[in-house]
This record gives sequence, C-alpha cells and structure tokens, in this order.
Amino acid sequence: MSFGLSDWLNIAWQFLSVSLFAIGGAIGLLPEMHRFFVNDNRYITEDQFTNGIALAQASPGPNALMMAMLGWGFGVNATPVGQSTIPYAVIAFVMSMICILLPSCLLNFMATRWVHKNSERLIVMAFKKGVAPVVVGTMLASSWIIVAHDMNIQVYWPTWLLAFVAVLLVVFTRLHILALLGIGALVGMTGWIA
Amino acid sequence: MQDTFLGDSKSVEHHSDNARPESPKALFWALSMLALQGFGGVFPIARRVIVEERKWLTDKQFLEEWAVAQVLPGPNIVNLSVMLGNRWFGGLGAFLAVLGIFFFPSVVLILVAIFFEHIKDLPLVAGALKGMGAVSAGLIAGSSIKLATGLKTHPISLWGALVFSFFAFLGLVIFHFKLISLLLTLAPLSIYLTYRRIRELPSNHPNNSENQP
Repeated sequence: MSFGLSDWLNIAWQFLSVSLFAIGGAIGLLPEMHRFFVNDNRYITEDQFTNGIALAQASPGPNALMMAMLGWGFGVNATPVGQSTIPYAVIAFVMSMICILLPSCLLNFMATRWVHKNSERLIVMAFKKGVAPVVVGTMLASSWIIVAHDMNIQVYWPTWLLAFVAVLLVVFTRLHILALLGIGALVGMTGWIA
Repeated sequence: MQDTFLGDSKSVEHHSDNARPESPKALFWALSMLALQGFGGVFPIARRVIVEERKWLTDKQFLEEWAVAQVLPGPNIVNLSVMLGNRWFGGLGAFLAVLGIFFFPSVVLILVAIFFEHIKDLPLVAGALKGMGAVSAGLIAGSSIKLATGLKTHPISLWGALVFSFFAFLGLVIFHFKLISLLLTLAPLSIYLTYRRIRELPSNHPNNSENQP
C-alpha cells in the first residue's frame, strides 16, 4: 500500500467533519469510520480495525481513543518501505485525536451557556430524548460491524457465540470490563476463534 | 446507564459551598488521574471522583452539567471536561481539562500499540486479540441494550422509539449510509415527533416554557 499527502488530508477532514455527529459518543461513529477506513478507501484492514478497538477498550481512558487507533493503523500502513512505522503511526494517532476533538470542543465552549440557560425548554428536552433511539441504533450497528465482517457462519460462529456471551455478561452481571476482555483473550488464545 | 445516575439526584446535597480546584494545574492532574482509572469509558468514574472524592460539584450540579454534555455533540466526557474547565478557569481551564482527560491515556495506549506491533504476528497474540475483539462487540451491544431499557418511558412510546433504532441500524449495517445523511434524516424526524408529544403532556401545559417571553 502506498499513501500520500492527500490521504493524510482526507483522513484529517473526515475526522473534522464527523466530530459534530458524534452524538452518543465515539462508539456511534464506528460504522461510519468502518465505511470510510475499511470499505471505501482501504486505509486499514478489517483486522486493524477490530484490533484497534479491542486495544483501546483494554487501555484506560475515554472511548474517543478508538478513533485515534484507526489513525494509528493508517500511519503504520502509510510508512514508506524500510522506515520505522512508529513515528508515522504516532503522528497519525495525534492528528486523528486533535481533528476528532477540535470541532466539538469549540462548539461546546461556545454553546454551553446557551444550553444551560435553555435546558428546561421543550426543544432542548426534545433533542435529548429524540436522539436517544437513533443513538441506540448506531451503537448496535457498531457492535454488529465489529463481528460481522464475514457472514460465513460455519467458520465464524465461535466469534458470534463469544460476542453473545459477552452481551449476556454485560447485561446481567457486574463483571469488570477488564475481566470480560481477559476472558475473551483466553478463549482466543486457544485458537478456537477463526 | 443514564437512568442509574438520574437515580442519584435524590441523594442529599451536603455542601452548598463547593470546594473547587485550587489551580488549572490541579484540575489537569485530577482529571488525568481520573482518566487513567476509566476502562471502557470514563463516565462512571468521573462522577465518583468529582462529586464524592473532590466534592467540586454536588450530585445535582453534576447531573445538570452531564445533561448539557449529552445534548451537545461530541464525546460526552470531553464536553463535561470543557464545561468544568471553563466553569472554574475559562478557556485555559477548558484546554487543560481536555488535555488532562486525554494526555496520559494516549501515552499509555501508544505504548500498548507499539508493544502490540512487535508481537502481533505471534499466533497466541493474534488469537487473544480476536477474542478481545469479539468481546468488545459484545460490550458495546450490551451497553446499548442497557441504554435501550431507558426507552421504555420514551414520549413516542417504546415501539415508536425502537422503530427509529431499527432504521438507524439497518441504514448503517445493510445500506452503508453515511452517518451524516442518516443522522440528518432520522434524528430531526425523531426529535420532531418527540417534541410534539412532550408539548402535549399535561405537565408541560401550564407553564409551557416555549410560550414564555
């Protein structure tokens, strides 16, 4: 793969333009980012996408760091042959982070006072309640996209089963997220998951 | 998740005179420590540290800030940090607060990612990552199902709300719509229907704030 300056700019622009659409958090952006990074432009592979999310979940901090891991994957792939991938990956990581945060931070900085003053207004309440069902749909789509890259159920059923068990554990128990990821890692190490 | 925290609003307000961070630097370090304790998102830990440990906000104030953070687009915890920093120290505070939330977690994640680049070809590691990826998907689906239970009391009814969830899911998964076009069509419609319903609610009639000057 070989990527040039226009690809770096394309990615920066993508992050800048979706920043204000991160309603319900960074997780809701995953389907859009999958479309952009994996399907349409082939900036990163399916495995890089999934691994980046898994690593971001296993590491402390806000979920928005998942976005930076997509940039990281691109940086690794965009490294010229023979050079170390780390500087490119770190630059792409930082660039992604800044671009995803900047628009929403600026808007927030300017609009907070207005929202505070008007939080009892019906239109603000309607916005908050009205977007909630859409947020639920985008989050479910995010989880679907992480597991469903191949619908060949005969090969991938262990992935689906493991994800389903994780859903049950999240909904019905209070197991710590690290414990859940640890279970996933152990199951994966057996080589059982295709 | 949100509803759990709404439940806390009942708890008594102990401190009308809040403590506050003594300097922007103190805020930066407090939020850094907070972010490093948050796995799978920072919100639950944020309330504990800001309300219970530091006593910078009362439960009621925290909820108000959180409600506003949710209305504004962008990651909620980032919105919350901007608002807190701005509240106490203006623009510099907001900047340092966001930096606090992201700087050390970014360093940790970069180190994790570098380490992973070196070992990712080991079959054991590749397998472990696949397992963790499947669990990540489950974690996200699980928390969205928890969130969906909050739709039971939705103004446009549970089923009305689920129709919107369903179309959002379908649009993204089957039709690969751009998120922006999807949100710009579904969200305004959902907001409009919700608006019409809450306007009709009896509790909103006597002092309908839209009719006030």
